Amino acid sequence: MSDHHDDHHNEEFPHSSFRGYMIGFVLSVILTVIPFWLVMANVISSSAATAVVILGFAVVQIVVHMVYFLHMNFQSQGGWNMLSLIFTSILVLITIFGSLWVMYHMNVNMMPSMMGDMQG
Amino acid sequence: MPPGGKYDIPIHHALWAPVAKMSDHFDLTKLIFGRLTWEAIPYHEPILVATFIAVALGGIALLGALTYFRVWGYLWKEWFTSIDHKKIGVMYMVLGIVMLLRGFSDAIMMRIQQAIAFGDNAGYLPPHHYDQIFTAHGVIMIFFVAMPFVVGLMNFVVPLQIGARDVAFPFLNNFSYWMTVAGAVLTMISLFVGEFAKTGWLAYPPLSGIMQSPDVGVDYYIWALQIAGVGTLLSGVNFTVTIIKMRAPGMSLMKMPVFTWTALCTNILIVAAFPILTAVLAMLTLDRYLGTHFFTNDLGGNAMMYINLIWIWGHPEVYILILPLFGVFSEIVATYSGKRLFGYTSMVYATVVITVLSYLVWLHHFFTMGSGASVNSFFGITTMIISIPTGAKIFNWLFTMYRGRIKFEVPMLWTVGFMITFVIGGMTGVLLAVPPADFVLHNSLFLIAHFHNVIIGGVVFGVFAAITYWYPKVFGYKLDPFWGKCSFWFWCIGFYFAFMPLYVLGLMGVTRRINHFDDPSLQIWFIVAAFGAFLIALGIASFLIQLVVSYRKRDQNRDLTGDPWGNGRTLEWSTSSPPPQYNYAFTPRIHDTDSWWQMKQEGFKRPESGFVAIHMPKNTMAGMLLAGLCTAFGFAMIWHMWLIAGVSFATMLISAIVHTFNYDRDYYIPAEEVERVESERTRVLANNV
Repeated sequence: MSDHHDDHHNEEFPHSSFRGYMIGFVLSVILTVIPFWLVMANVISSSAATAVVILGFAVVQIVVHMVYFLHMNFQSQGGWNMLSLIFTSILVLITIFGSLWVMYHMNVNMMPSMMGDMQG
Repeated sequence: MPPGGKYDIPIHHALWAPVAKMSDHFDLTKLIFGRLTWEAIPYHEPILVATFIAVALGGIALLGALTYFRVWGYLWKEWFTSIDHKKIGVMYMVLGIVMLLRGFSDAIMMRIQQAIAFGDNAGYLPPHHYDQIFTAHGVIMIFFVAMPFVVGLMNFVVPLQIGARDVAFPFLNNFSYWMTVAGAVLTMISLFVGEFAKTGWLAYPPLSGIMQSPDVGVDYYIWALQIAGVGTLLSGVNFTVTIIKMRAPGMSLMKMPVFTWTALCTNILIVAAFPILTAVLAMLTLDRYLGTHFFTNDLGGNAMMYINLIWIWGHPEVYILILPLFGVFSEIVATYSGKRLFGYTSMVYATVVITVLSYLVWLHHFFTMGSGASVNSFFGITTMIISIPTGAKIFNWLFTMYRGRIKFEVPMLWTVGFMITFVIGGMTGVLLAVPPADFVLHNSLFLIAHFHNVIIGGVVFGVFAAITYWYPKVFGYKLDPFWGKCSFWFWCIGFYFAFMPLYVLGLMGVTRRINHFDDPSLQIWFIVAAFGAFLIALGIASFLIQLVVSYRKRDQNRDLTGDPWGNGRTLEWSTSSPPPQYNYAFTPRIHDTDSWWQMKQEGFKRPESGFVAIHMPKNTMAGMLLAGLCTAFGFAMIWHMWLIAGVSFATMLISAIVHTFNYDRDYYIPAEEVERVESERTRVLANNV
């Protein structure tokens, strides 16, 4: 099927070494265990602050997966990976922050009682 | 089915029901059949019984004919297990046509109901039946008509246009197709076993939640869309990779045909948007099956979040449907005007801008939900902005036609019909984008008229244009123009009769999804709309007649050159009609956007010797098998048949894993075979050109 784009074949395929996978695995475990401990041992008293910290760990975890498991870097696949990462990130950010913005205003306008609960 | 009848067990705990039952006595029937009983068969509904008898007789006749003419083996070997992108494309189109007939019968039933149900006349459809019909109509037309048509066109055309021999993942392509079929099959089963959702095509909670819809309707909806959604997502991945990695040498991005460009953008949208649909349906499933509270009214749930999320998928979906048809119109306008497309670069940029902007407008579907002035203004303005690149495209097509030598063949008729109709739909769309106006028009028939205006005027007209345009490439003979023109005029005039009255009614304040009216002064508009639907029925009939007539007259309308319109510009017209299995004996080298046009200008000579063996993928039944298991799994989940659900899911996983160990996936077409096919074509060309 692919005999007519040989010129692309010379591209370096990302190294998928045992070492790389192990680093990724250990980092993932650490980044999972810490949030688990934060919740189970009730380390931070404010649950909102805990949520923010856990989200922070989640973002780092995503980066670890992309680097060590999906072998992404700035050059792989002639830049296509980076381009699609940027595009995806933009869409994800639009989705997350757009939803927060939209839902916040909806709650303020339509469910004042619910906002009261959140503040209380 | 009486609402709240036999299903009215506390379904929150239905999941545990079999477990609880087993503890006192082992209830085998319940374990196997879940909540499926004989009562689920709607034998007390005369309309459904008549439909069932008709479908059963038709089905038996079809199966009998297939057996009598001994075509089962042929269908199995050449089509069902085929991983040839051209054949899968055709199968998608067949699915689209079959489901169009179903979706259209829903439409005409609604139009008849609304035309007669005034005052004392309750019409012939009771509310719970009518509600299922409008839901099924929407779901089927979007997911099982428009999507298969769009994916089918891309399947057939894209690899040919970029000079590839198949898609990047040929087996996945076959699997995607059968998953789409599986979703369609589940939707069709709901007609005769149980019922379909009564919630409208996007199944907003809390109505679609377990408290308001305890029966199987919403579960049919969920599982049909989840299964078909997997197919769509995988084909999105497949085509994105195909277009990015498998273009012929020399075809840089800015030398891709416009249809391929729009296909690329559409598939990127599919990959980005469909996971949101999957996630939101999964959360609704958890609410319904496990008693979670994502979208309930209590315990912190928020139904508005469902609407927010489903439209983050839903708005890009609109562009997923229309973008490839913009590509189709671009190809057709250039071909029948005998000119290079005006403003290729601006066309590409407009497409890309629409791709990104389509993620910034979703809230215009729920201005009235109460986000307030600042949010509504933002989304109102982005919605108006998106009309700019679309308008630029219309001007590009007009300028392509300007001073062109226009041939008004059938695809061109559809294109001109599209340009006029779509501009009207676009203008009413911009009108709806103004939040204060939307507060008046939201959920009115004005909205219904608007989106039918753009979907019929854009997607449907585009699909018929594309079918007529590429039909000779697919089957080797042209479609009969007389019946094509009949189809076009019936569709076009029928559309205006059917939907212009709805604009008027919407401005008068009539809302959607109503099955009975009190005000007799409205009736005349609905009668006109029903007449329009009747004209559209004639349009569909003309299309079907056209297929039969063209088949019978195929010897007069043969395309022996491969370039039947004489003016073909893109690569697919350089190969024979129908193309050989391997598409191109040698991968062409591309120097121009309109590569075939440029090759003709420079006196391109077909290579007639030096053929080599061609590496091709092998047919497999794995796609059908997996999708069949998936259908069984979906059906079992709908009816809470936990045993069958577990077994079919496990079997599906195992089969998928076993299939990955199948290394016998490819073969070589020997050079002698390629030589034979190519010299046959040389002979035909010599005799006819």
